[in-house]
Amino acid sequence: MGLMDILVILIPSTLLWASPLIFTALGGAFSERSGIVNIGLEGLMVIGAFSSIVFNITFADTFGSATPWVALLVAMVMGGLLAVLHAVASITFRADQVVSGVAINLLAIGLTLFLVKRIYGKGQTDIISEGFGKVDVPLLHKIPVIGDIFFSNTYWPPFVAILVSVIVWYVMFKTPFGLRLRSVGEHPMAADTMGINVTRMRYIGVIISGAFAGVGGGVYAQSISSDFSHATISGQGFMALAALIFGKWHPLGAMGAALFFGFAQSLSIIGSSIPLFENIPSVYLLIAPYVLTILALTGFIGRADAPKALGTPYVKGSR
Amino acid sequence: MSNRITNILIPVISVLLGIIVGTIIMLVSGYDPVAGYSALWQGIFGEIYYVGETIRQVTPYILAGLAVAFAFRTGLFNIGVEGQLIVGWMAAVWVGIAFEDLPKIIHLPMAIIAAALAGAIWGFIPGLLKAKYRVHEVIVTIMMNYIALHVTNSIIRDVLTERSDRTDYIADSASLTSPFFESITDYSRLHWGIFIALACVFIMWFLLEKTTRGYELRSVGFNQHASQYAGMNVNGNIILSMVISGAFAGLAGAMEGLGTFGYASIKGGFTGVGFDGIAVALLGGNVAIGVVFAALLFGGLKVGALNMPLEAGIPHELVDIIIALIIFFVASGYMIRYLIQRFSKKGVK
Amino acid sequence: MDYVIEMLNIRKEFPGIVANDNITLQLKQGEIHALLGENGAGKSTLMNVLFGLYQPEQGEIRVKGKKVNITNPNIANDLGIGMVHQHFMLVDTFTVTENIILGREPKAGASVDIKKAEKDISDISEKYGLKVDPSAKISDISVGMQQRVEILKTLYRGADILIFDEPTAVLTPQEIKELIQIMKTLIKEGKSIILITHKLKEIMEVCDNVTVIRKGKGIGTVKVSDTNPDSLASLMVGREVTFKTDKTEATPAENVLEIRDLNVKDSRNVPVVKSLNLEVRAGEILGIAGVDGNGQTELIEAIAGLHKAQSGSVKLNGKEIVNLKPRKIYETGVGHIPQDRHKHGLVLDFPIGENMVLQTYYKKPFSKKGILNYKNIYDQARKLISEFDVRTPSEFTLARALSGGNQQKAIIGREIDRDPDLLIAAQPTRGLDVGAIEFIHKRLIEQRDNGKAVLLISFELDEIMNVSDRIAVIYEGQIVAVVNPKETTEQELGLLMAGSKGKGTGENANV
Repeated sequence: MGLMDILVILIPSTLLWASPLIFTALGGAFSERSGIVNIGLEGLMVIGAFSSIVFNITFADTFGSATPWVALLVAMVMGGLLAVLHAVASITFRADQVVSGVAINLLAIGLTLFLVKRIYGKGQTDIISEGFGKVDVPLLHKIPVIGDIFFSNTYWPPFVAILVSVIVWYVMFKTPFGLRLRSVGEHPMAADTMGINVTRMRYIGVIISGAFAGVGGGVYAQSISSDFSHATISGQGFMALAALIFGKWHPLGAMGAALFFGFAQSLSIIGSSIPLFENIPSVYLLIAPYVLTILALTGFIGRADAPKALGTPYVKGSR
Repeated sequence: MSNRITNILIPVISVLLGIIVGTIIMLVSGYDPVAGYSALWQGIFGEIYYVGETIRQVTPYILAGLAVAFAFRTGLFNIGVEGQLIVGWMAAVWVGIAFEDLPKIIHLPMAIIAAALAGAIWGFIPGLLKAKYRVHEVIVTIMMNYIALHVTNSIIRDVLTERSDRTDYIADSASLTSPFFESITDYSRLHWGIFIALACVFIMWFLLEKTTRGYELRSVGFNQHASQYAGMNVNGNIILSMVISGAFAGLAGAMEGLGTFGYASIKGGFTGVGFDGIAVALLGGNVAIGVVFAALLFGGLKVGALNMPLEAGIPHELVDIIIALIIFFVASGYMIRYLIQRFSKKGVK
Repeated sequence: MDYVIEMLNIRKEFPGIVANDNITLQLKQGEIHALLGENGAGKSTLMNVLFGLYQPEQGEIRVKGKKVNITNPNIANDLGIGMVHQHFMLVDTFTVTENIILGREPKAGASVDIKKAEKDISDISEKYGLKVDPSAKISDISVGMQQRVEILKTLYRGADILIFDEPTAVLTPQEIKELIQIMKTLIKEGKSIILITHKLKEIMEVCDNVTVIRKGKGIGTVKVSDTNPDSLASLMVGREVTFKTDKTEATPAENVLEIRDLNVKDSRNVPVVKSLNLEVRAGEILGIAGVDGNGQTELIEAIAGLHKAQSGSVKLNGKEIVNLKPRKIYETGVGHIPQDRHKHGLVLDFPIGENMVLQTYYKKPFSKKGILNYKNIYDQARKLISEFDVRTPSEFTLARALSGGNQQKAIIGREIDRDPDLLIAAQPTRGLDVGAIEFIHKRLIEQRDNGKAVLLISFELDEIMNVSDRIAVIYEGQIVAVVNPKETTEQELGLLMAGSKGKGTGENANV
């Protein structure tokens, strides 16, 4: 097996595994940049995965090959809705944001399994018929070498994810909205005195994070698991959170980290069939994202500074 | 209204609200809440077997709750109880199967200590990173959870067994099982562990409230700067707190490994006990005795829930929803406190 | 009627207290109007009402004769009211420009038009003589420039009524001069200013009128040209105050504290205490005068063992204590009233009683073999609470629930009770009212009279002048002069604090 053959397998698989992480990590960026810790990304992905699968199964006949994309919109809305709960608890009711995130995770898995049993009478759904299948990207796949590695026999969601990362970067660092969002996460009282509605910005940040994580869950479910059960999302949300931190709360950094984690994940799964990697115990690849994130936080790989007001509720009029 | 009463009222109101929303969910999804809750009740108290199972479930809940609460009192959020529990479980089982001819009086304590030690080490790492590099323990403990999951799986598969999904049963000399308890509870899996859990409740209370060490831990929890000013070793206390917290969590793992199951197996995901421990600690107000009551409630709900699909055809996940909601309500205590004040003011007028 | 702002009979309540009670303030076009009051008198509350951060329960606000309802800062901005906050409201990681335009960003398409913003800011800063670097990050610029950014924020929003909240508290004497110049320029350009302060000298120097409030109540408005500092002071406090502390001549004995060649770096690894030498003798109060940020904090923390010293020697009664653990240093005989009582002095969520043994809990009789003896702890607490007149419902009340003055009295009681040979008092009266200040000064002098050494650090020159027996001036981490308070003047101290050595004119003082 030559290098070329390895890359042809590995790159599309890396991109596939990375795309749910990218979407979810971008979502996390919105929430955390506004100053709200979001440990609930996992649960928000669960709700996204669940709603996309249920929608897909129910409406595959109606929407045909467009089904997974429409299902993503549904996942987005559902993720955003569940995030409202996190926002109400942690912003309006000043609940501990970590605790609220934990509750989101427990609630999402409990609620979705409850509904799966209610709707289908069993613990997991059927396999969907219209998933994100393999495609050749038009035109680009004809480029020699690069076309074969990156654009042939691959999937659409990763390319959307990368494009969205760039858009998120632009929104966060070049637009008034981004400036305000970041100011609220760094120094909410300063933002308040400048007439920015801190509560509103934080609600927006958290709800967008839910929408993105919902999409992340929807992408995962419709391209990797193809059904929904208790084990569909197991740790993807936390890994996205790790990517966000490893990427220093920067959209493009988070995307890079997510791609790297996607690489590690896909390697741990298909590595045994690739000569170069077959001797690496998969446990190293499985824990790599987490170990690296700890090292990054410790400062061994460049210092990662969180938004200053992250985790602190804003109480008007107190110093 | 006095603070003390409010502090007790908040969890009580939260539980009631959780049950009310649970009722609404059952009604909306076309189930009979009366049948649901009576099935739940039956599943806890209906048979002596269920009572035994409830106490068995309460055992790791108490320890996981203590782990979260202890760290919390020192100003640390240990989300890593799950990971510490898993390594504790594996360590206990490892010692349990590694020796065969030891007398129980040596073997059992050894296995229990191994679990506490493994959990303590797993807690030491985030404690050290917090103390030395000011890395937030929440993120590190989350990461440590996944590292624990994958590492223990790998050890079980490649070290403790030859690519099997499950270890052998531990030696009898390392087991917490109690034929006596089993016989009086209609052969539930109730084991001796509950006494270890209760002993730990006392230890936590005594350590925090009665000793100079506890004074330091609480002081560091409230205000690190003032503690440093006062001449306390802040970093040492942070690390110690995570180590003790991790040891409690590791013991929770021992309860599963030496008591309930008697073996360790490959896990696809988490046990959930660690995360439920957060709920237990929170509902119990992060004090030792509160943890016992909260663990009883959640343990009962979890065990009782298993009866709901059988008797009422309701998925047992309903209870998970209720628990999650209770966490929301307790965490939003600010709101409940505000409402209590409003109401009590009106009452006076 | 040429009033631009009228706040009439304003009342603002918080749970349990009336912060503002029937206060009236009227600001004329083109004047600098002082709002004078003690710490905690309700000045900031009143201004936050004007700025829309709080809603008043009673009273009305008129802007240029029109009744208005200011429910948030945006409305205040639209009415031309701008606030220069005491604690700067700046995002550290943003640039000067980003901070100024936040909330009012000029746009080019969907993006923020940074080019236009920077040009607009340069224009305004030139017009008013407010020098800033628009593209610099806030974390990289001086305190003085940060304040100019705060002022620019209001001007960028077109404010013509500016509120300055204690603006000189953090500035060097030179920066204060510049600020006064800036305020005069602003008036010339048609702005009106409310200056919140408790410094009488500033009022006499720049203000036209002064409104005095005391304990939340409006006392009245007087013309500055018709009054003098003494009568302003008694209006503010409600009784005759001399601001002179009664004390006898000091009888200093041998050196208690000896510091030689001490070098300390701050948390960013910048040297802030440089080869510093200092002695404090038994039976004297040595005051350290200096502008905030010249190494005072690091100096005290190094003495107390809270901050590592790079090199040098700190001797207490001849015993080397440099870089020992804080507990060892306490045991050697140091008491420390910390600069920030909430951050360092107290565990606010502990009962006040448990706070009384914060450094001694591990000793007998408060504990034995690691087990606490609560009875003895609370006996001690009751003793100190009555001795030092700490007003608290009980010794079991959380420290958080006490007023600032009573918290400080508790700390001072705790520190003095340990009978230290050296008592470090860092800004012991910050934020307190005159009664508490007098009490604390008396206790410090008592300590001196008992033959102990007292090291006083304060940013208030008045306090240094009144309480100290000797004054050491610190500038850029070095003691640049030691003077006798009876033989020096505030002018001379001000120059020394600004780094001009000896009796210079101040013209060539390096800033």
